[in-house]
Amino acid sequence: MNIVVCVKYVPDAQSDRTFNESDNTTDRVGVDGLLSELDEYAVEEALKLAEAGEGEVTVLTVGPDQAADAVKKALQMGADKGVHVNDKAIHGSDAVATSLVLAEAIKKIGAPDLVLTGMASTDGTMSVVPAMLAERLGLPQVTFASELTVEGTAVKIRRDGDAASETIEGTLPALVSVTDQINEPRYPSFKGIMAAKKKPVETWSLGDLGVDASQVGLDAAWTKVESFQQRPPRQQGQIVTDEGDGGTKLAEFLAAQKFI
Amino acid sequence: MAEVLVLVDHVDGEVRKTTSELLTIARRLGEPSAVFIGTGDNYSAAASVLAQYGAEKVYRIESADVTDYLVAPKAEALAQLVASASPAAVLIPSNAEGKEIAARLAIKTESGLITDAVDVQAGEGGGVSTTQSVFAGSYTVKATVTKGTPIIAVKPNSAAPEAVQGAAADEVVEVTVSDAAKTAKITDRQPKAATGRPELTEAAIVVSGGRGTGGDFSKVEDFADSLGAAVGASRAAVDAGWYPHTNQVGQTGKQVSPQLYVAAGISGAIQHRAGMQTSKTIVAVNKDEEAPIFELVDFGVVGDLFTVLPQATEAVKAAKG
Ligand SMILES: Cc1cc2nc3c(=O)[nH]c(=O)nc-3n(C[C@H](O)[C@H](O)[C@H](O)COP(=O)(O)OP(=O)(O)OC[C@H]3O[C@@H](n4cnc5c(N)ncnc54)[C@H](O)[C@@H]3O)c2cc1C
Ligand SMILES: Cc1cc2nc3c(=O)[nH]c(=O)nc-3n(C[C@H](O)[C@H](O)[C@H](O)COP(=O)(O)OP(=O)(O)OC[C@H]3O[C@@H](n4cnc5c(N)ncnc54)[C@H](O)[C@@H]3O)c2cc1C
Repeated sequence: MNIVVCVKYVPDAQSDRTFNESDNTTDRVGVDGLLSELDEYAVEEALKLAEAGEGEVTVLTVGPDQAADAVKKALQMGADKGVHVNDKAIHGSDAVATSLVLAEAIKKIGAPDLVLTGMASTDGTMSVVPAMLAERLGLPQVTFASELTVEGTAVKIRRDGDAASETIEGTLPALVSVTDQINEPRYPSFKGIMAAKKKPVETWSLGDLGVDASQVGLDAAWTKVESFQQRPPRQQGQIVTDEGDGGTKLAEFLAAQKFI
Repeated sequence: MAEVLVLVDHVDGEVRKTTSELLTIARRLGEPSAVFIGTGDNYSAAASVLAQYGAEKVYRIESADVTDYLVAPKAEALAQLVASASPAAVLIPSNAEGKEIAARLAIKTESGLITDAVDVQAGEGGGVSTTQSVFAGSYTVKATVTKGTPIIAVKPNSAAPEAVQGAAADEVVEVTVSDAAKTAKITDRQPKAATGRPELTEAAIVVSGGRGTGGDFSKVEDFADSLGAAVGASRAAVDAGWYPHTNQVGQTGKQVSPQLYVAAGISGAIQHRAGMQTSKTIVAVNKDEEAPIFELVDFGVVGDLFTVLPQATEAVKAAKG
């Protein structure tokens, strides 16, 4: 089974994420980045499937130079090869354009049996790219898996929704997104780190994908960020130490704020 | 005036509050048209609510082809309506399913998509202006759609529903769903038992418990019930199996923005903040005065939740009589 895992390189949520003043795009250079933590679950699930049968795991990222780190991390975890689509023209792309580039790259990698993604990136957090990829590639969309089984060409997941827990079925080839409930991602071992150095990584430009530069990037985006503003940090209010009356004081505060 | 399509969010005909919020927002942009996908029985329950919040038209889609499959047929149905009605915008609830429908609709109709909007207004020179809260609530972004029909996924609690009687003219829509859209089927559905508490993302008050509960959520639940609140949980509590994942607040759980958020036994990790930082008023109870959650609070009690919460619960009950 051939699996493509889409992994995104994102600014670290622990650092001060911000925007570029010049064009209102996400600052992906001045802030430390990493493989989006939620995509580690997709890599782990791919590795488990590949280990249980045969097949190859290719990780795919679309992003600037630094995004090579996201591919590297996935290779260290155990993926077989990497593809990095890197082209200046992609800077500032919206979700629609990003999904176009990813879809064309997946086609070029060559009709995989399974495309795996995370449930959301940790920067844009839109949770839309998986559905867009299914739409563009004409694949069954089997998303938000908290459990995944593949038997023959049958794909089955469990999805924990608000109103119900659902079983969703489709057939390969399919697109599956996974949640952070599905597994416990492995840490790269020393052996994995050494082995990753020898694994093939291809870097593709838009030209390699046959995507016209006018279809992507900031100018082609179908959405426009007009302005961004840092939210003033919350002012710390009153802190009391419980001396036997903490609960009473809490209730008094709520009453004063008209919550009771 | 151009129509504005609102995808109705309902559970077996019971219309969720988000729908009345979306209809209210739609009125700012044009003439609200509700899109109801579901069975006929369910529709009768929903119709009066849709009229009450100003739906001038209700497009009704009953086909089992649409309801038994995952989002793709719903996106196809909406795409057909976009083509026939040429709306000024499409408003969709910003939950997991809604965002996926919006995603496919954006590609089908070659339109820009904005998700997780917390405010939507008519743009100055026409169009639609949205506000998003990003990077765990640390930034506010204003954005517009520049191509196609603006498709906006709107978060709960983004507008105060305004009751305005609408005509709610019933229009049954026949949709043809392609085979390609029927490739992912829902084969089993186990409904969750109702808790009787408000829905987490819609609730005006949320009381959450974390690792500090040690697995005993009873004090958190009692306090929540005294306030008529929803119950949330940190990921640590969910991962330990103490509370369902559907109640998790944070980056990989629900993003809530209630009037009042109470965090009990929760340290305040960035991923938790991502789900609650934009709440109006924040209160915390934590044994550790150094806990980062206290940086965010309007009121904090340094103390043991097992003594503070029961005392507060009694005081709230007494005050309410
Ligand atoms: C704060 C913020 C707000 C934004 N708001 C909007 C908006 O309203 N509308 C809009 O069109 N764009 C928006 N964008 C841009 C959008 O986030 C990016 O275009 C992004 O590439 C796609 O969306 P996402 O990161 O939210 O992905 P999601 O849909 O959340 O990602 C889900 C999965 O798709 C895969 N994936 C996503 N991106 C990549 C990638 N580059 N390489 C490999 N795999 C990937 C991963 O497996 C990931 O887990 C926003 C960006 C930011 C930072
Ligand atoms: C990719 C990713 C996604 C994540 N998504 C989420 C998410 O969606 N939501 C989320 O919550 N977390 C998320 N996390 C986890 C997050 O980083 C924290 O680990 C988690 O929020 C911690 O939960 P906690 O505050 O309950 O536990 P802890 O950090 O262990 O805090 C427990 C707190 O309880 C206090 N306490 C202990 N006993 C008592 C008592 N008797 N009375 C009062 N106080 C007491 C302690 O002082 C401490 O401050 C995510 C992490 C990652 C890596």
